[in-house]
Amino acid sequence: MEENVIIHPTCELVIIGGSSGSLDIVLKIISNIRKDISAAIVVVVHRKTTSDSTLSELLSVRSSLPVKEVEDKDTILRGTVYLAPPDYHLLFEKKHIFALDYSEKVNYSRPSIDVTFDSAAEAYGSNTVAILLSGANADGTNGLKAIHQASGVTIAQSPGTASFPYMPEQAILNAPVDYQMSVEEMIEYINGK
Amino acid sequence: MIQDEEVELLINDLFELYGYDFTGYSRASLKRRVNRLFILDSFPSFAEFRYRLTVDSSYLKRFVEEITVNVTEMFRDPLFYKTLREDVIPNIATKPFIRIWHAGCSTGEEVFSMAILLQEANLLNKALIYATDINPNVLEKARKGIFPLSQMKQYSENYILSGGKQDFSSYYTANYDRVKFDESFATRMIFSTHNLVCDSSFNEFDLILCRNVLIYFDIPLQNRVFELFDASLDTLSYLALGSKETMKFSGVTSNYKQFGKEKIWRKM
Ligand SMILES: C[S@@+](CC[C@H](N)C(=O)[O-])C[C@H]1O[C@@H](n2cnc3c(N)ncnc32)[C@H](O)[C@@H]1O
Repeated sequence: MEENVIIHPTCELVIIGGSSGSLDIVLKIISNIRKDISAAIVVVVHRKTTSDSTLSELLSVRSSLPVKEVEDKDTILRGTVYLAPPDYHLLFEKKHIFALDYSEKVNYSRPSIDVTFDSAAEAYGSNTVAILLSGANADGTNGLKAIHQASGVTIAQSPGTASFPYMPEQAILNAPVDYQMSVEEMIEYINGK
Repeated sequence: MIQDEEVELLINDLFELYGYDFTGYSRASLKRRVNRLFILDSFPSFAEFRYRLTVDSSYLKRFVEEITVNVTEMFRDPLFYKTLREDVIPNIATKPFIRIWHAGCSTGEEVFSMAILLQEANLLNKALIYATDINPNVLEKARKGIFPLSQMKQYSENYILSGGKQDFSSYYTANYDRVKFDESFATRMIFSTHNLVCDSSFNEFDLILCRNVLIYFDIPLQNRVFELFDASLDTLSYLALGSKETMKFSGVTSNYKQFGKEKIWRKM
């Protein structure tokens, strides 16, 4: 029967957003993603402007996937890890193309996780999986709402496993979160896509 | 939320009624800006928003100002300025006269940073800095050389990281919550409106800086702008872009050599 069939849209984009206490988790996830993953992985973390390219180097060393800090109008390829550059908002011009924006900070942050989640909801809709990690502010909550509205999948790090639980907690309280997961569960989930 | 088709309607109106051409602007950012303004000005519906824009030319001014992003800083990306200081400026220093163009200069923070570099290289008196933007309002601010005092700590740190050796505060006078930069800087600057979408080349330059403007343009419009810059640069002159922008999609790129890993290209 038609109505009993659950359609799982193919996941084309996994976005991971995090703030304080998320770096280790990001490294752990990225270094455990299977090599032949068909989605593109986008990482948006709050960081100091001055930490320039060190994070992308760290990720490159640990990951079997190619890692790239996004430049203006870069094409989005599957099986590649993209890192939001410091001090720009990261947007999707449309499916498969990034755009950068140097406008005002949102939630005191640039890049803002909300901004990227919102834009992904528009460009990728139900083909998006959005994951919100540890952090000490409420960035990401509104973005998760947008992802959910667009029928994408929303995941928050289980607060008990986060060094700064405030960010995932806010999401769980205020946005429809489909799953609360530990890092191990996230890795398994992404690799199942 | 304003829809994609509605954004296209506005772009159309702007062009038909006022001659402002936003067709080559990157839609992701444009749509965010339009939505932000729609909410900021509490319009009850898209129809009213559109109506206001079409009948009220003073609202047009606000619209253009708010749609374009004017965020800027002094000595943003200190290492970029360090490269200008150490590698680019010495190469243009021997010219009898130096011409520099800041395209999309916003409120002028970048222009004053450049003036400081030139001053410290003893070149300011033989240099002329042209600073242009689409938005007359930001140019009005830039011309005054007045910036918020609250930013000076950050700017001073950036300045030091860029290789600056002076006391940064010696370049300005503080007054309440604002500072005014030395008048002598402004005498070497020419501010003027210039629209990269439709205006043409107006001089030849030794260095053009166009930072964090091209991110708002789609690739065809970027190419138009690169051709404009190419027509405005002598051989061995420089083009500097924002830290995440690139010439790689451009047709003229083969005539240029990138300077290390900085976003600085030299015309060969
Ligand atoms: C984000 S600011 C960049 C300021 C500065 N260059 C920096 O990097 O800090 C972008 C500027 O580009 C200007 N701009 C946008 N469209 C333009 C156009 N078509 N022609 C000239 N300037 C434009 C905006 O008005 C704004 O002041």
